[in-house]
Amino acid sequence: MSEHAHSSSSSIYLIILGALLCLTAVTVGAAYVDFGPFNLIIAVLIATVKATLVAMFFMHLRHDPPINAIIFVSSLIFLGIFLLFPLIDIQSRDRVVPYGLRIQAQPAAQKQAPANGAAPAAPPAAAEHAPAH
Amino acid sequence: MSAETPIADHAAAHSAEPAFRQHHFVNAEQQFSTSKLGMWLLLATEILMFGGLFVGYGLMQSLYPEAWVAGHHHLDRIMGAVNTVFLLVSSYTMVMAVHSASTNNKSKTLWNLFLTLGFAGGFLVVKYFEYAHKFHDGLLPGRLFSYQGGGPPQQAMFFGFYFAMTGLHGFHVLVGMGLIIWIMIRAKSGEFSSAYYTPVDLVGLYWHLVDLIWIYLFPLLYLVS
Amino acid sequence: MADTLTTPKAQTHVEHHDVDYLHDGSLLSWLTTVDHKKLGVMYLWSILFMFFLGGVFALLVRLELFAPGHTIMDAEQYNKAFTLHGAIMVFLFIIPSIPAALGNFVLPIMLGAKDVAFPRLNLASFWIYITGALIAVTAMVTGGVDTGWTFYTPYSTTTDGSVALMTFAAFVLGFSSILTGLNFIATVHKLRAPGMGWFKMPLFIWGIYSTAIIQVLATPVLAITLLLLIMERAFGVGVFDPKLGGDPVLFQHFFWFYSHPAVYIMILPGMAIISEIVPAMSQKTFFGYKATAFSSVAIAIVSFVVWGHHMFTSGQSQLAGAIFSFLTFLVGIPSAIKVFNWITTMYKGSISLAAPMLYALMFLILFGIGGLTGIFLGAMSVDIHLHDTYFVVAHFHYVMMGSTVIAFLGGLHYWWPKMFGRMYNESAARVSAILIFIGFNTTFLPQFLMGSRGMPRRYYNYLPEFTFLHQVSTVGSWILGLGFLIMAGYLFASLRKKMDAPANPWHARTLEWQIPSPPITHNFHEVPVITTEPYDYYRPFEPSVKGHH
Repeated sequence: MSEHAHSSSSSIYLIILGALLCLTAVTVGAAYVDFGPFNLIIAVLIATVKATLVAMFFMHLRHDPPINAIIFVSSLIFLGIFLLFPLIDIQSRDRVVPYGLRIQAQPAAQKQAPANGAAPAAPPAAAEHAPAH
Repeated sequence: MSAETPIADHAAAHSAEPAFRQHHFVNAEQQFSTSKLGMWLLLATEILMFGGLFVGYGLMQSLYPEAWVAGHHHLDRIMGAVNTVFLLVSSYTMVMAVHSASTNNKSKTLWNLFLTLGFAGGFLVVKYFEYAHKFHDGLLPGRLFSYQGGGPPQQAMFFGFYFAMTGLHGFHVLVGMGLIIWIMIRAKSGEFSSAYYTPVDLVGLYWHLVDLIWIYLFPLLYLVS
Repeated sequence: MADTLTTPKAQTHVEHHDVDYLHDGSLLSWLTTVDHKKLGVMYLWSILFMFFLGGVFALLVRLELFAPGHTIMDAEQYNKAFTLHGAIMVFLFIIPSIPAALGNFVLPIMLGAKDVAFPRLNLASFWIYITGALIAVTAMVTGGVDTGWTFYTPYSTTTDGSVALMTFAAFVLGFSSILTGLNFIATVHKLRAPGMGWFKMPLFIWGIYSTAIIQVLATPVLAITLLLLIMERAFGVGVFDPKLGGDPVLFQHFFWFYSHPAVYIMILPGMAIISEIVPAMSQKTFFGYKATAFSSVAIAIVSFVVWGHHMFTSGQSQLAGAIFSFLTFLVGIPSAIKVFNWITTMYKGSISLAAPMLYALMFLILFGIGGLTGIFLGAMSVDIHLHDTYFVVAHFHYVMMGSTVIAFLGGLHYWWPKMFGRMYNESAARVSAILIFIGFNTTFLPQFLMGSRGMPRRYYNYLPEFTFLHQVSTVGSWILGLGFLIMAGYLFASLRKKMDAPANPWHARTLEWQIPSPPITHNFHEVPVITTEPYDYYRPFEPSVKGHH
């Protein structure tokens, strides 16, 4: 068996746990500060550092045959592909009628906006703003 | 890669026939690394399955940022943070269980597995209180959404994602708890040793993935505004 | 497990090894087997039954279209019939056909392994498949589904019938597919015989390996898509519902992120079979082995970035459409590499026109037509005109049936003697192959014509000027049916004979032909040591397998 995978003394795991808990505190703390558009990036970055620590140390990828890490990383790459193309599509799509909330944001420009602003408690009100594809 | 082949000398393999070795493997090392490879492939499928929900969540957030902000204000950051700590510590106890199993320390293996189970249970208890609160306020998916406090209508969609993602994750926690109980029973009967602890290792990998997904779920659902 | 060798007693050990895998024929031994060969055979009978069922629906659909208006069923029944035809053929037949049935049987033997990496998982995946099939049948009986096999929203979230149950069946079947793929990847990585480097693997393995990558990476997304669809129906979450601010086109992104690669789950194993049949039947070294091996992997990877070509007319942005259109042309490169290499392999070979080779030749012609019309449809401007017409139906069937099913039949005839130890009637096989070729083209060539003239697909009714072409197509479906009837006849007849197949009827060189037909339970007496290339027909044969004959 690959004893070398566990030869590192178990104290390293405690250090990693400490790092993970610190990063959790940092990410919670950061959530109370508004970095504007960087909020999401900071949160995902910290999460990625944590995930990398878990994968490398707790999941032993550091010592495993490279194929396991290749499988792990390629699943993330394909996930990236999956996010990228629909995002390109949705962001570059011409909307004949803009989505409901866009109308709320600029009420003067749109004819159906007042009805929505008057009845905020009724979710089905969005029905009037069906985007036509 | 082309020259190396996984199966070593067949003659050498017959010298020792441990009980756990299955007939189609030449030796225990091959069986162990194959099991781990299989587990990593399974984890890759889990990542893509959860990934689908993350992609849907992200795309809808890009369309309805206001509804997403309003929705996540209804989530309790403290409870989320407590649960994060629970899962991180349980990951630590899990890796210690694997380590103890690989060093023939049966009682420590059992203790660490027991602690892991305890933290997992704690996670579900917190989750239960969170869910109960949402049910009480009517913060539910789609047409079940009956919250009276106003806000953008797409909050109903936000809570659709919230329940789908945390629900699927919670289901994985439950499955993980079942697996931990299963290896505890096997560990108790003394099946594992430094020569064979594959099931502990594999359940460990699974449990870390559950933690890993929560590491992303927590900031995306509870923190980002 | 029963076959864990805890106490190997030399005597019984050897006897156990010498018996062929069909020897223990009790029902229980079949239903609980972890032997990849028995599982392959069980998959084979299951998918053949599903092929029969899907084929019956296909014949009914064609019969309805024999004349405009009401012929044998009403419009609603027609919608259900074509949905069931599509859903059965895609989820229950083609996707598991080659990997799960033939792949399960042949892959471990080709690698020189005793079994797949996880035999119990293999059994589990078979029973998950059966469970999924039963759920699908339940959905058909209790209301049926009329959405088409793609379950597009918003129709699928609003229509009556058993959509939720049918999608759940597809969800379950997806897990079976994932587990099979996972098993094959682990097997290829870890269980190759000594000396079997990556570039000494038969090309069938490369094809199945590439397929398995797609199964593992794409199928989970189908699971989550169907889960979202079920949630949409149950709770009205609104992700795919424009009335609630959702996006129905997003469903198509989710669906095709799986289902486009899934098309390659269907075609890659077909190509893999042709890569075995062509060198064996030409007795010639494979031309361009590495290029063909890598082209399989390339197709698998490219398949993940082209899904938007299914959505040119469904409202995705022009930018996304243009990107997907360009990327789609990439598929043509590895596919063409394969076709050229098969043809070059045959050049100056000593070609035998036995039934498997007839199917391989048919594949080359039909895949040529199917692949090239795919290039037409990949061009966005052309697709806008042709997308919802019979042109797409014809293209799809040329690739799925004309290529994958034909390759499957080729593989079935190629490995039938190995699987059951019996030769089928060769002349009957050739007659049936030719009938299938004629029937197939009679059915689907007219559909290209109809499509380019504007006959919309999925329609119950049509304008009178399409009557003649529809009738030709329906007559073609009868010829096709006759061909399959003959095939069923001679294949069943062969099973009633004594075992007469030689170990290597095609004089092929890969490992499965170096062991007896049918193989013994553990495939090999001794682990073979591979020193030769899989297709080195240029030099005298040196078997890698010792201890038989």
